[in-house]
Amino acid sequence: MKHRTFFWFFMPTGLAMLLFIALPILSVVVQSMHTPHEAVLLTVETCTPFKCTEETTIDQDATAAIRAAEPLGRFVGLDIYLDRAHLAIGEVGSAWTNAAGWSEFFSALSNLPFYRAMSFTLVFIFTVTPMVILLGLLIALSVNSIYAQLRGVVIFFSLLPFVITPLIGALVLYWMIDSRGILGNLLQWMAGDPSLSLKASTGLMWVSLIIYGIWHAAPFAFVIFYAGLQTLPKDQMEAAQIDGASRLQRVRYVILPHLMPLVTFVTLIQLMDNFRVFEPIIGFNAEAHATSLSWAIFNDLGGETRQFSSAAATSVITIIGVAILLTPVLIRTWRDFRGKV
Amino acid sequence: MFVKKLALAGVMTVLAGTSAMACGINARVSVVGNEFPAIQTVGAGAQECSGAEVTTNLTADHQKINVPGMQGNPAEYTSAIIANSSIVALMNEDVIRPLDDLVAKHGKNLKKNQLVTINGKVMAVAFMANAQHLVYRADVLEEIGVEPPKTYEEMLAAAKMIRDKGIMPNPVGGAYKAGWNLAQEFNNMFLGMGGSHFKSGSAEPNVSTEAGVKALNMMKALSEYMNPDFLTHDSNATNAEFRAGNVAIMNMWGSRAATLVTADGVPQEVVDGFAIAGPMTAGGGSTPASTLWWDGWTVAKNVSDAEAEATFVAMTHAIRPEILADGDVATQAVWLIDGYKPTPAAVGVFAAAEANTIPYPMLPYMGLLHTALGNELADFMQGKESAEQALADVEAAYVAAAKEKGFL
Repeated sequence: MKHRTFFWFFMPTGLAMLLFIALPILSVVVQSMHTPHEAVLLTVETCTPFKCTEETTIDQDATAAIRAAEPLGRFVGLDIYLDRAHLAIGEVGSAWTNAAGWSEFFSALSNLPFYRAMSFTLVFIFTVTPMVILLGLLIALSVNSIYAQLRGVVIFFSLLPFVITPLIGALVLYWMIDSRGILGNLLQWMAGDPSLSLKASTGLMWVSLIIYGIWHAAPFAFVIFYAGLQTLPKDQMEAAQIDGASRLQRVRYVILPHLMPLVTFVTLIQLMDNFRVFEPIIGFNAEAHATSLSWAIFNDLGGETRQFSSAAATSVITIIGVAILLTPVLIRTWRDFRGKV
Repeated sequence: MFVKKLALAGVMTVLAGTSAMACGINARVSVVGNEFPAIQTVGAGAQECSGAEVTTNLTADHQKINVPGMQGNPAEYTSAIIANSSIVALMNEDVIRPLDDLVAKHGKNLKKNQLVTINGKVMAVAFMANAQHLVYRADVLEEIGVEPPKTYEEMLAAAKMIRDKGIMPNPVGGAYKAGWNLAQEFNNMFLGMGGSHFKSGSAEPNVSTEAGVKALNMMKALSEYMNPDFLTHDSNATNAEFRAGNVAIMNMWGSRAATLVTADGVPQEVVDGFAIAGPMTAGGGSTPASTLWWDGWTVAKNVSDAEAEATFVAMTHAIRPEILADGDVATQAVWLIDGYKPTPAAVGVFAAAEANTIPYPMLPYMGLLHTALGNELADFMQGKESAEQALADVEAAYVAAAKEKGFL
């Protein structure tokens, strides 16, 4: 394509991306480096139905004047990024110098909101992503080999977990694993321990969230791989059969290489999605056991006093985190592409 | 034909005239608030007004949406129903207007103590009082032969007896869901143990104290007698446990306790055994381990004067003394409305007020401390860290947030 043609072809998309992606991100970056002005406090008489007391309140006139002068707030640079709610540089430093050993250092680290969120998120990503790909592939291969008449029905039911709204799916599972729910009760009966509770144990809660993550995303991988299987050249498969390749060998040496670009695609999407894990944490009421960066943003904005700067900083960190996660996959794809050219 | 039209117009005018006396408004009213029974009544009352549209959005998530919904100009919500905790967020963002002129014009039915006055200006109209207090099963306590507990220590002893006798495995209920609820239970216990949240006259936190440790240890001891899923139970889930007959003693909101056993399908022994008493004390203190609350309504700043007036008229109509004639409404809450006579459902909140329960602090930075408590205490409740460490974490998390918001 000529450069000129490409420019006009790409311009509408480029403009939309600039307006709806680049500019909002820029505004979030600006927000994350500013905080509200120092509060101007007043002590005034406050009368409630119970009694009159002297209480502290915000001086609205003075605050309005300061805000009008500097609407962005105080510029604080990277302070928010480095404070305890985010990277917690000071706390990590003192944990490093004071900790007697690795385990003490890690337990100090897991006490900080950002590192606690990251520890769950990373475990979630690196268990859910491979399992989703494996399970998706297995379902696709099975569906591809059943009678054509049955496929429609099987595909429909296999897709259901992905079709259900994530929050609803999570809530359904949440009530099932409740200690009075059908699965929770079954587990108690199987373990012979009436006080066993999935929701009270961090480890079991993580397992539940991971199972939910796989359950929810496997159909997505399945649909992609199933579509890929339809483009598999018949002659190659026949050639492999004539050469005496077993079913396993055909999967390993013919089908998998053919599906490889799709595996890369699913990996990319899954890495991104799982890094932003959010709905199951809310649906499972799991915030006592597992948090994520998206949950931290939700929490900052959901309190009675909303913390925009903190939420903005966490958002920027999320973007950087996704970029870091995707880099190896993107580099690999780029090399393959260069290799072909 | 002309005469007919004239007659019809006359009738219409008369009709309009009577409805105006009932409650006539001429501008939009839009209310956001919590969803417990008394607030449902107030919302429905405002919707009786005719002449313009009255919409309500009553949800447990009200405090997440009321500030954003009132910051725009014109504001989406013309009124927010709030409590002494959540009015602070509206005051901090300057989204509610003083009501003095409207009170003078339309508020002759309001009592003086209903007017919440900050710095000499009426900022809210309170209509009910609320507190958390003891809710128990009289039949179960009779079976083990103890009086309703007056202290948390007695509650623990009763819980042990109920479990040992095999009546219920987890007899204690509590809204200990990680987050707002858990923090509120800490606030109760902390004030009962003689703590105060901030160093006098400043925004410096003061929870990492002996009172804080004692409060946490008591909560931990209570949780041993709760459903193992307690960190996921909010007040609705706790009430469900009580209704199902799984819980015999709990600390519950007055506003939710009054109608607790009126739901469908509650077993008869739970309905018969249901009883209410005042809040308990803890650690030998005399101040109840509870907080005193009022609920009221506000009027948005960023709406036209006509809308503000219509809102005031509709909301005043919703809390007029006549609503108490309905027996169900009268039991829904401890109304601050003129002519309210306490019902048996109100004894808990009245006992709380008489025992000098401390009102929930109305401070600009209390919301941040509440959030920090809600996030950091779950680790202690799960036995992952010591009480001292959890409280130190609370203070550190609060300080980071308060610095960001310019309070420290």
